[in-house]
Amino acid sequence: MSDIQAQSPAFVRETMLPPQPPPSSAAGVVLWLRTNLFSGPLNIALTVLGLAIIWMIFRTLWPWLSHSVWNAGSMAECRQIISEAYGPDAHGGCFAIIKHRWNQFVFGFYPQDLYWRPVLAFGLLFLALAPVLFADSAKARRIVLGLAVGLTLIFSAMLGGGAGALVGMAVLMLGWVALIETRPGWALLASLLYPFLAVWLLWGGSLWGPVMALAGFGVGFAVWQAGARYGLFAVALGAVAAALWWMFAAAPVAHTLAGLVPLRLTPVSSDQFGGFVLSITIGVAGIALSLPMGIILALARRSDLPVIKMMAVMFIEFIRGVPLITLLFVASLLLNYFLPPGTNFDIILRVIIMVTLFSSAYMAEVIRGGLAALPKGQYEAADALGLDYWKAQRLIILPQALKVSIPGIVSTFIGMFKDTTLVVFVGLFDPLKAMSDTVRASFEWKGAYWEPYIFVGSIFFILCFGMSRYSMYLERRLKRDHR
Amino acid sequence: MTATNPVATPELGETAIEIAKLNKWYGTFHVLRDIDLNVSRGERIVIAGPSGSGKSTLIRCINRLEEHQAGKIVVDGTELTNDLKNIDKVRSEVGMVFQHFNLFPHLTILENCTLAPIWVRKIPRREAEETAMHFLTKVKIPDQAHKYPGQLSGGQQQRVAIARSLCMRPRIMLFDEPTSALDPEMIKEVLDTMIELAEDGMTMLCVTHEMGFAQAVAHRVIFMDQGQIVEQNTPREFFNNPKSERTKLFLSQILGH
Repeated sequence: MSDIQAQSPAFVRETMLPPQPPPSSAAGVVLWLRTNLFSGPLNIALTVLGLAIIWMIFRTLWPWLSHSVWNAGSMAECRQIISEAYGPDAHGGCFAIIKHRWNQFVFGFYPQDLYWRPVLAFGLLFLALAPVLFADSAKARRIVLGLAVGLTLIFSAMLGGGAGALVGMAVLMLGWVALIETRPGWALLASLLYPFLAVWLLWGGSLWGPVMALAGFGVGFAVWQAGARYGLFAVALGAVAAALWWMFAAAPVAHTLAGLVPLRLTPVSSDQFGGFVLSITIGVAGIALSLPMGIILALARRSDLPVIKMMAVMFIEFIRGVPLITLLFVASLLLNYFLPPGTNFDIILRVIIMVTLFSSAYMAEVIRGGLAALPKGQYEAADALGLDYWKAQRLIILPQALKVSIPGIVSTFIGMFKDTTLVVFVGLFDPLKAMSDTVRASFEWKGAYWEPYIFVGSIFFILCFGMSRYSMYLERRLKRDHR
Repeated sequence: MTATNPVATPELGETAIEIAKLNKWYGTFHVLRDIDLNVSRGERIVIAGPSGSGKSTLIRCINRLEEHQAGKIVVDGTELTNDLKNIDKVRSEVGMVFQHFNLFPHLTILENCTLAPIWVRKIPRREAEETAMHFLTKVKIPDQAHKYPGQLSGGQQQRVAIARSLCMRPRIMLFDEPTSALDPEMIKEVLDTMIELAEDGMTMLCVTHEMGFAQAVAHRVIFMDQGQIVEQNTPREFFNNPKSERTKLFLSQILGH
């Protein structure tokens, strides 16, 4: 035996050590400040500099904000009130413009007596989304549903909705909420019907138009099911049948039915849309359409079939390589050359199509990143269990890939929603530029520059921040790896 | 594990897998060369060999996770060709257990086990869940059914993977180094599960370095090197009386310490 071995005594543990609480290290505000703000000379300098910058920003903005006026009839009146209260050289925000003209920023030129329709459509949006967004959290869902119903009714009442209309809205919304809470399956079906209801509410006209558009999907689905054993060929056939229906049958049938059972709302044309009604209409439609389209493009780009892959690559690279404004100009100008003369292809619809194509290209790349992040073993396990391509994608691959891609997907949504302000370039009244200019063009509010931008910017911020928070909530909820 | 084979005399039935003149290349690399192998129903085969010898590739060809370029593979009377229907049919008859488990992390243990029966076999959910609980009990983790894979130990995950395969009621089970990624303490629990499965008469092909397991349950040990079958024999003969020099070298290296 060597010396070392002789010196190391044998050891056998008789009792195992019980776990003990960690040592309580010194904590508190002072410690936090010292470690985070004043840990060294450089850190102290940066802290002081940061505070100085914050102070300067605050000092510049605060007088302007604190002198702001909310009750006035014109810019001149505002200035007068400020100079009387704070002296002749004082500056102040004139937020009276918002109080006076908020309805234009929100509704554009939508007829005043019909404001309840976009409000209801917006409220119902949350009823349609809640079963999807908050599928596994009854508490969050009920909060959202309650807020949606309550706020919709309150706003409608404030906008001067009649008692009859309010009761009708309450019955519709509460009925829908009851459906969501008792029959989740049916509620999802109702969510699928929402786009058609929203289109009817926003644009008005005969109910039969949206119903016949919906029937097109039914026709396509029926044709597909009838030939289901021919696989993809039947899908193509169904698409063709639906397209034929929309092109040739939908309008006459809708016309006939409208003659028999006239169910109509006062029509509102697309020129009357503006402000946030326009932005949210385009944004929500674009978001809802670009996600499925992005998924399909991402799958196509990863496909083993060379033709499909090449088409997806070409589409994505082309769309990503072109500014959104180019596509919007194509939508507003070029399409008129190609369409038969006399066709009235709605400008908002054209813009929605272009915005969707644009953001679906980005969406596809974001989702492709998520797909690439999945280990190969997931595909192999799905294959080994006998799942076919579509089932494997739907049940195994996409749920995981989309979860990984949530931050990117929501970024794309947010970017796209803010990009809806670019529709000003094709003559639509976006809230930021066109609506501000319109309000400013009036005699009373000439010279109000910052206030409309701040107001519109704040609303965009609230909506985008809401999306961002939701995505964080969703990420937390879906976290399954190590909890 | 005992060194004696508990089911030493196989009562082998008809052919389950027939592989003839199988050749496969990765690019220009000839990974499988002229493999001929017949597996009878109820037979248990352990495939051993150094890494890169093509043993994993061979069993991955049997459920078409890898495509072969020449030769013939017939599984349960269905030949594997480019016909997707045949591939799906074979895959639903053949269970596979992977080295890295490949459980679906976004689904609970129970959902992992019921997914394929519900969506491929079209079994009602209630019935699929009963079957899943049956097999989860068999692999001794019924109490974990509502957890997620990330909450389980490696050995438990691998047993779930075995249960998930069994829920499809496969006629053949393939194991691709099922214990290679596990801590020593967990290897035994997985091997015990596999031995139980063997005792039920399952047809098994198992790529493994667990030579004790091979001696305990295999009817036949196949030794592969450089994409070809170098030697195959009963476990007793294989371990006690290896014929080829390559086999002797391999055995001396893995049993030597």
